[in-house]
Amino acid sequence: MGLRELWHRLGSPRWFYTMSRNWPWIFGGLAMALLLTGTLWGLAFAPPDYQQGNSFRIMYVHVPTSMIAQSAYIVMGVAGFMLLVWRMKLADMVLATVVPFGMSMTALSLFTGAVWGRPSWGTWWEWDARTTSMLVLLFLYFGLYALRQAIPRQETAGRACAVLALLGMINIPIIKYSVDWWLTLHQSASFTLTEAPAMPISMWFPLLLNVLGIYCLFGATLSSRLRLEILKREASTQWTRDIILGGRL
Amino acid sequence: MGGALLEISDLRCEREGRTLFSQLNLVVLPGQCVELTGPNGSGKSTLLRCITGLFPDFEGMIEVADMLYLGHKPGVNLLLTAGENLRWYQIITNSHGSPQEALVEVGLAGYEDVRCQHLSAGQHRRVALARLLICEASLWLLDEPFTALDSAGQVLVHELLADHCEHGGAVVCATHQSLGLADVVALRLGGVSVP
Amino acid sequence: MTLFVGQLRREFIVMFQSLEEVANPLVFLFLGITLFALATGGGPDVLADYAPAIIWVLVLLANLLSLEGMFRRDYEDGTLEQLVLLARPGFVPVLAKVAAHWLFSGLAMTLLVPFAALLLYLPTSALFTLLMTLLAGTPALSLIGAVGAALTVGLRRGGVLLALLVLPLYVPILIFGAGAVLQQMGGMESHAQIYWLGVISVVSLTVTPFAVQAALKIGLEQ
Repeated sequence: MGLRELWHRLGSPRWFYTMSRNWPWIFGGLAMALLLTGTLWGLAFAPPDYQQGNSFRIMYVHVPTSMIAQSAYIVMGVAGFMLLVWRMKLADMVLATVVPFGMSMTALSLFTGAVWGRPSWGTWWEWDARTTSMLVLLFLYFGLYALRQAIPRQETAGRACAVLALLGMINIPIIKYSVDWWLTLHQSASFTLTEAPAMPISMWFPLLLNVLGIYCLFGATLSSRLRLEILKREASTQWTRDIILGGRL
Repeated sequence: MGGALLEISDLRCEREGRTLFSQLNLVVLPGQCVELTGPNGSGKSTLLRCITGLFPDFEGMIEVADMLYLGHKPGVNLLLTAGENLRWYQIITNSHGSPQEALVEVGLAGYEDVRCQHLSAGQHRRVALARLLICEASLWLLDEPFTALDSAGQVLVHELLADHCEHGGAVVCATHQSLGLADVVALRLGGVSVP
Repeated sequence: MTLFVGQLRREFIVMFQSLEEVANPLVFLFLGITLFALATGGGPDVLADYAPAIIWVLVLLANLLSLEGMFRRDYEDGTLEQLVLLARPGFVPVLAKVAAHWLFSGLAMTLLVPFAALLLYLPTSALFTLLMTLLAGTPALSLIGAVGAALTVGLRRGGVLLALLVLPLYVPILIFGAGAVLQQMGGMESHAQIYWLGVISVVSLTVTPFAVQAALKIGLEQ
């Protein structure tokens, strides 16, 4: 299949639906395997850190959630671009389904960051560069969510969110740079949570597993919710009715 | 497009799950006046907005030359005078013409320096009609132009439309009233009336 | 008369007709300063330390208040859709609207800031830096805010939503703006931040007019 044909097909929700039949299972299975292994290994078997003792283990949840929160926003920015420029219906659906996932991951990242911070810093919250960027990211996600809720017409809401997602995506590097510059100037050398010094392989390997696992989780959630969204939006078409009435969901 | 001022092929439009119209075809030639009728909610305004491009969710093809659109809102800034409103339209469409003369033709002679907040709704409509005279465009898209106009105003609309079509322009007009013109193409949209 | 000048002139006429609307955000700026002074007890050392931060945050919020009016009136009377339909090129009158907004909000606030600095005991040496940051940064506030205003133009109670959408995007401007002044007060050079603000404003100038145009078209789809 040529690239051009692939591109053309990507715009068709129906094609995506038929093609992605097994994706939720594949991604879901991989996610479970990777996350279970990674988390168990990280929580139980990895050696304790010489500085932080056992509290560093929250890193195995915190780092993957931070990474996926940022990647998800980039996915939305790209989807927004594709919606506005090429009017791809699928891009609109991607935009709608990623927002709740991204928002929860960002919130989880902040929460786990606080849990990690308490034993390390002594406080539940510290305005360091990472946490502040993550908090602003949460506001950006919430803005997308609020905008979609505020516009009654679905197609209009999709386009408006696409513009906002693009604007946010362009802004994120600038926000991170400015926050980074400003706060590291102000805070005394505090512990940077995601930049650990050279870790032995027994420590970073489970982290890698968890990072891969959470991306698979993203894939699983996205593909299954996207499939549901396709059925909902294309409910008036014949092929959708065949599938639902035929029972072959 | 040939000499046609508007060509619609196989147009289909849905709103809120309802199909407003499908397989709609229309060709409008210079001198033609299309009377767009149908019950409330049948999609007349939506069709006009599709043609202008303000409503983008449709399937099918629309080819249109230069046009002027008079929608539900008159497009008149209340804090400006009638003359200033028309001059602004001149600037954004890069057209030439006299706001004063246009106002005279629509029956608002001497109102050039009156702030539109002091004018009635019917007079706002007349100012809106004046911009049809100022900005040169071959196709006029009018959505219920008789709104708020008294009988003299309605006669004015008839005259403007007839004049425009005589000089090679064309009109697509959504209306509940008959346009009272001789050569009229009727396009009726069916549809479920909103109870 | 060119398109830009013609639109600008129209904005001026409208704004002069509704000067109370223009004045409201400016009054809000000083109201906010009063609230801070009252809440902190009004001591000179406390206020002087926080003056740049207070002023910059209030400038952001006051700017938000004035953003709502950018497109609202034209949306309601139907001139906005005519503008989008008829004007070629479309981004020129949009740029004129944003320029008019900046002149009556960002620039106006900058001109009034010396009084604010007085109320907050800001040292005069820092005042110049503060004014420079405001001049460099407020255009970006108007430009980026315009996209938010365009996206929320038809929505009822769009004001709070507008704040939610636009404030995260304002974060870098706030950081560089307040940061520059605080740094200057701490005895260090702050040219880099001012240049950054200028860069953000210039980049916004090239990118946002098209974003605003697209957002207006989206907002006009009933």
